[in-house]
Amino acid sequence: MTTASPAPELSLRDKPGFSDLQGVTVEHGLNTQDMVVNIGPQHPSTHGVLRLVTTINGEIVKDMEPVIGYLHRSKEKMAEGRSYFQYQPTIDRVEYLSSFYDHYVYVTAIEALADLKVPKRVEYIRMICMELNRITSHLLWFGTFLLDLGATSPFFYAFREREAIFKLFEDITGARMMYNYFRFGGVNADAPPGWLDDVRKVINELPFRFDEYEAIANKNPIVMDRCIGVGVTSYQDLLDYGVTGPSMRACGVAQDMRKTNPYSCYNEVEFDVPTATEGDVYARYKVRMAEMRESIRIVHQLLDNMPGGDSAELRKLEKEHAKVAEEIAAAKKRVTVAKKNEEAPNAADVAKMAEKAPELPFDYRTTGQKVNLMVFKPPAGEAFSMVESPRGMLGCYLVSDGTPKAYRVKWRGASFSNLTILPSMMIGNLYPDLMAIFGSLDIILPEVDR
Amino acid sequence: MNPYNLPNWFVWLHAQLGFNVADPGVQVLLVLAWGVTLFTLIAVVAKAAVVFMVLMERKVLAWVTQRKGPNRVGPFGLLQTLADGVKLLFKEDVMTPQQDKFLFTLAPAIFIFPVFVLFAFVPFTDFLFGVALPVGALLVFALSSISVIGMVLAGWASNNKYSLLGGMRSAAQAISYEIPLVLAVLAVVLFAGSMNLLDIVEAQRGPLGPLSWYWFYITPLAFIVFLISSIAEVNRIPFDLPEAESELVSGYNTEYSGMKFAMFFLAEYAALFVMCALTVVFFFGGYNSLLAGVALPWGGTMEATLISTPMIPMDGEMMPLGVWLQQTLHVPNLSWLLDQLEKISWMVLKIYTFIFFAMWLRGTLPRLKPDQLMGFSWKFLIPLSLINLFAVGVQRFWAYPNNSLDTLFNSITTHIPFLIVWAVIVFGGVGVFCMLMSRQLNAKTRKRFAAPSA
Repeated sequence: MTTASPAPELSLRDKPGFSDLQGVTVEHGLNTQDMVVNIGPQHPSTHGVLRLVTTINGEIVKDMEPVIGYLHRSKEKMAEGRSYFQYQPTIDRVEYLSSFYDHYVYVTAIEALADLKVPKRVEYIRMICMELNRITSHLLWFGTFLLDLGATSPFFYAFREREAIFKLFEDITGARMMYNYFRFGGVNADAPPGWLDDVRKVINELPFRFDEYEAIANKNPIVMDRCIGVGVTSYQDLLDYGVTGPSMRACGVAQDMRKTNPYSCYNEVEFDVPTATEGDVYARYKVRMAEMRESIRIVHQLLDNMPGGDSAELRKLEKEHAKVAEEIAAAKKRVTVAKKNEEAPNAADVAKMAEKAPELPFDYRTTGQKVNLMVFKPPAGEAFSMVESPRGMLGCYLVSDGTPKAYRVKWRGASFSNLTILPSMMIGNLYPDLMAIFGSLDIILPEVDR
Repeated sequence: MNPYNLPNWFVWLHAQLGFNVADPGVQVLLVLAWGVTLFTLIAVVAKAAVVFMVLMERKVLAWVTQRKGPNRVGPFGLLQTLADGVKLLFKEDVMTPQQDKFLFTLAPAIFIFPVFVLFAFVPFTDFLFGVALPVGALLVFALSSISVIGMVLAGWASNNKYSLLGGMRSAAQAISYEIPLVLAVLAVVLFAGSMNLLDIVEAQRGPLGPLSWYWFYITPLAFIVFLISSIAEVNRIPFDLPEAESELVSGYNTEYSGMKFAMFFLAEYAALFVMCALTVVFFFGGYNSLLAGVALPWGGTMEATLISTPMIPMDGEMMPLGVWLQQTLHVPNLSWLLDQLEKISWMVLKIYTFIFFAMWLRGTLPRLKPDQLMGFSWKFLIPLSLINLFAVGVQRFWAYPNNSLDTLFNSITTHIPFLIVWAVIVFGGVGVFCMLMSRQLNAKTRKRFAAPSA
């Protein structure tokens, strides 16, 4: 795709092997001819339906033009035809590998519009879900990236761990991939009893698995040969193309929305933003592997400081509260209809008692404010919310005109911007580098086309 | 009696059937008959081996990746490959009008033919082999390089860009890796003093048992070079560039379907089998048992097989187990039969060890890039194999001019000064080479890690 961005510092067309001449060129005294290869829309390593019209001379890529739109399902237009709540299940399909993030930006945009307060417990559960989702997304990336390089086994190992985390998601949301779990000002249901312990069990195991992965891949000479020094980007390139996420952090820029614009409760947890300075495929690999470990660190802190603790305790507390509430209700009844041989309680006392009745603290709740989802109407206005998704900056711009349907929803997916830099990284490189470079960008096509 | 070097049993069989085997005309007919017989035998053996290997590969990969592998068709999925084969047989043979029909059909045949011929050269025992030519080692590699033409033709005739790239890659790869392969075998030939594969196997029987096989006895270097090059020669991961599925969809055989595809598939596995068999023949003592050639405490040395080694005391003499069984059970030729069976078992066991190694590699390693593949061969393997060849030449003709494997071990003390010089040459050469390489690599890495322009 030809983007209207200013030329980067180093003209990509000056790279060795690039020739402006189409057709027959003379290189090293050989008459060679360019060949146009259509990579995709169905190809094993485009991970979806991306078409790359590539001009190659031998194995050297001379030009590349991504053709997108094969997966366009008008996700943005769909929002204008249905209520806010009806639109929510379709969000899962925008970016199916880390859809907690899409839901999060959507509901936070609405919460900002309608000025809904969110309990802390809800934010913690959301953060746990999102961080675990970051791990599953990076795990899938790890597997497919090495699969593109030709190693088949890591794919299965990564899927094994991913499945363990999916089991946790299934327990809390009821679905492995299409969660539809976050609600306006809350979550659909509290975590099931014992869920926090299950999470702890899984994430205690994960670092050892990551050690194993790194033992397979980090020092593998073939992986190093194929990744180090390949697809180097400069900071200026990234700015020009609007690349965000791990690809940017691999260039030495500690740009992470969780640190720079802390949303949710990210200012309450301690974590580092892994960066690397090389800006090549290997640096992106290292950054992602380190990010998974940071996610585990975050989840550990969230589990330890979860407001209300395990839901089993909360349910016990709620039961006690319900008992008191029953007593109060009975007393109220007796104020008006006293039993035989019994003195009617004083109305003032009962009112005092009802005032003092214990209540679940706001931060322990799973719904901040009861909202009738079917007829929910946020006031007219606009809101933009963004998060650091596994692929970079994910944003949702929402305009409401006060009706039950959104006036406009616009998604800002990281994959779209990250894809635009691909041709400039590929030109002058070898054809097999495409798999390393394209894999390292971690693009997901449904998010590009929406 | 046997001017065409036919197997004795074949000639004997026909003499028993009443043919005048001394007649030159009959001898020519016998050669033709032997060709047909041999091809039939090989076709059966090769297909049986491939059917087993495909299942084995799937099971090994499943084991590596913590899966179960095929287990639905037949017990333990044993019939899975047969089912797949039948499926391929009945599939439509798709051919588009844009393809060169003649070459498209010819390519799988050219690919599979040399591999099947190669089976004839593998000495499974000193009796069970197709042909034992005096130029066997040479012919084996001459034949194996014909397969590449099949791949290039398939890539060209398919009229598919991925196939074309795959075919081109296969040509480049074959040219690069055949050189170190043959140079490594040259060291073996220098030592064995013969290019006949049977002689090479026999020559590896030495007093050190497995250590007197050529993988250790010449230098481990030759063996390592051969092993790497042979995996590249049969296009397996990490050298499976011609069919890199994440890049070229399926490489040179992308457009093939049905039985034509099955022929490519069959030939690839058959080639792997033959390559592993050649590794065993050249470097791992062929059909010799693990203890072949080791001195026995009661005098004499171990024979090629355990069963024909004198081990059972009887009438004040040591008697081989096979002979004892034959005499006890009164079965004619039982000793010989058991001997042959043991030889086949050793051979097959060793071959499958190497096949397992290749499968293990496939489950572990990623794929190289074409430029790295070429560089690895031309900058690394070929210099290494040349150093090795030089060292082996010196060792063979300067230190032990009147040869004999025994002299090395019998008079090892007299050669200590030479051994030191030899070790300095070999290890010094390798060391200097590796140092130069690593300096070059470091310089490259430094360049790669130069600060980004921003």
